[in-house]
Amino acid sequence: MLAAIRDGSVNFPLFLHVLGAMLLLGTLATVAYVTIAGWRSPERAGALSRFGLKALLIAVFPAYLLMRIGAQWTESQENFPDDFDPAWIGIGYITADIGALFVLISIILSAIGLRRSREDSTRSVSLARIVGVISVVLLAAYVVAVWAMTAKPT
Amino acid sequence: MDLYDWLLFLHVLSAFLAVGAMTALWALILGTRSEGVLDPSTSMSYGRFFGIVVGIGMMGAIVFGIWLAIYVDGYELWDGWILASLVLWAMAGWAGGQAGRAFEADPVAGRARGIRFQAISSIGLLLILILMIWKPGA
Repeated sequence: MLAAIRDGSVNFPLFLHVLGAMLLLGTLATVAYVTIAGWRSPERAGALSRFGLKALLIAVFPAYLLMRIGAQWTESQENFPDDFDPAWIGIGYITADIGALFVLISIILSAIGLRRSREDSTRSVSLARIVGVISVVLLAAYVVAVWAMTAKPT
Repeated sequence: MDLYDWLLFLHVLSAFLAVGAMTALWALILGTRSEGVLDPSTSMSYGRFFGIVVGIGMMGAIVFGIWLAIYVDGYELWDGWILASLVLWAMAGWAGGQAGRAFEADPVAGRARGIRFQAISSIGLLLILILMIWKPGA
């Protein structure tokens, strides 16, 4: 119902924010899936690790940026009063900003892993597993963020 | 949390599942442009898994979306933007099914056809997202 009465100027930044968040979840799910698949079949772990690390490096960061910039832009368009500090915005910021740290760590590990795998694809497996675990944790955190953004607990 | 909050959360979460899984399928399509990146059985099980997640997400989105439209006083199922979303949902679901069948039948020869249907399905979901945010006429 809030959505029906919001200012029209919020729509485009909100669209970017939601689209970025959807792409972020999708790319994280990709990394998580191939990591788990590699764990279950070690003979294919090398190729799956390369695929997961590439996906993280190419897709996760742009999706994160779209989500985060969209969030900030949406908030600025909403013109909330200075003392407006609801829990749902706080949850959004905490998950996004702590998530940024984990995304950064994952990007560094992916770059190292891909460099290592040029010589031997199995050398990136351990790094890919760390990145996969981070992706699963981030996925869980972002589901909580989706709940906070929709249910808007005060 | 009241019923409205739960319905909205489950509706949006379902939409995230559908679009997120669609993104994962695009990662597979882009990642397998050259041969040997992933072996055929891994690609097939990956495609099946995320194809099923797209289906679950789309079913959840429509069930909780229709429930919301009935529950919330300001919305009606025959509102233009909701009707348009339902048509787009049906189109996206049909195209997604065709894409899955094309890839399953022959991942190499059916690839171009599968990508075309995948693109139609993705555009449908993107247009639904636009309608859900702008709600023209609401």
